[in-house]
Amino acid sequence: MSEKKNNWPLWEVFIRSRQGLGHRHVGSLHAADAEMAIGNARDVYTRRQEGVSIWVVPAEEITASSPDDSEALYDPANDKVYRHPTFFDLPDEVNHM
Amino acid sequence: MVVSQEQLTKQFNAYVADDKKIEPKDWMPDAYRKTLVRQISQHAHSEIIGMLPEGAWITRAPSLKRKAILLAKVQDEAGHGLYLYSACETLGVERDDLVADLLSGKAKYSSIFNYPSKTWADIGAIGWLVDGAAIMNQVPLCRCSYGPYARAMVRVCKEESFHQRQGYTIMMELMKGTKEQRDMAQDALNRWWWPSLMMFGPSDKDSKHSAQSMSWNIKRFSNDELRQRMVDMTVPQAELIGLKIPDPDLKWNEKKGGYDFGEINWDEFYEVIAGNGPCNEERLEARNKAHDDGEWVRKAAMAYAEKH
Repeated sequence: MSEKKNNWPLWEVFIRSRQGLGHRHVGSLHAADAEMAIGNARDVYTRRQEGVSIWVVPAEEITASSPDDSEALYDPANDKVYRHPTFFDLPDEVNHM
Repeated sequence: MVVSQEQLTKQFNAYVADDKKIEPKDWMPDAYRKTLVRQISQHAHSEIIGMLPEGAWITRAPSLKRKAILLAKVQDEAGHGLYLYSACETLGVERDDLVADLLSGKAKYSSIFNYPSKTWADIGAIGWLVDGAAIMNQVPLCRCSYGPYARAMVRVCKEESFHQRQGYTIMMELMKGTKEQRDMAQDALNRWWWPSLMMFGPSDKDSKHSAQSMSWNIKRFSNDELRQRMVDMTVPQAELIGLKIPDPDLKWNEKKGGYDFGEINWDEFYEVIAGNGPCNEERLEARNKAHDDGEWVRKAAMAYAEKH
């Protein structure tokens, strides 16, 4: 069965859909190298003008946070409700704030 | 704190029941992961094998316009397969293993592609009915509980309606043509109608995975519900262009607001799944040949990448 494996690395693909917007993750693909990954990303993810710029990143180079750390990472933000403007009560007469 | 599997599963079930999404690194029960790997990989394989009956007509399409359209359509199917393999890999499986399972015959794909495409009208019938049934199945999957699968389905569904329209307009054009052309369209409908209805899977009472998939919000509607919708949607489309649905039992049922239709030949359905359809062997042979013929290209690309 090993001959059936090509072992081309996995690349994550990010596309800028139009000027003015950031690149956004769209999926992944396999390719032998970066140049081929860009070419494949063009064929797989932008057949209908979905993009004006492509990033490809080797999947193994991505460090991701773990869902198990959610509490440590995101919960403290919940304590600081004063970061939201609605925390502050203003008299009705005050406009444009 | 150690949480038991049982507790985790309970939390998970409540979470998905609340219509929330699961992402790749989230905890999920093994059975959920297995179900998704099976369903998404079968779906991907279907897209890939689905290129074969249509690909056979690219060189024989009746005009340059139709050739270009069919080529684009078949390329989309390849793309759909790749979106789906990509989604499947987020569950911790390797693409090469999935592909190997397809090539060895271990993995299943949609039985519809084990029927032959005999005439140009078959390309019309496939786009209209097979892609039509696929849309019916896939639109609810855009809301599936597993994020990467749902997102892949959104992309697929956006592209799929072009496929159905290109098929229906082939049928329309043929029905405006000579008697021979109209007969060809009718013959294609006669052969593809029942297999298209089989695409929704076994009847609800015999579907072993349905209930669990529905409770996990992978599946939103039952096989029979979707099949009924397909019939209700397609019958008027056939009538409009003068085609006759090959079912003597087909009758509008005012009370249920839908059509009653004849019994599906389930023996045929299970025979084709078991590998005894008209083209099962041919499809796998063609797929294996394409894979083997591409071997040197894959190796050369890898060798080039390692060198540079």
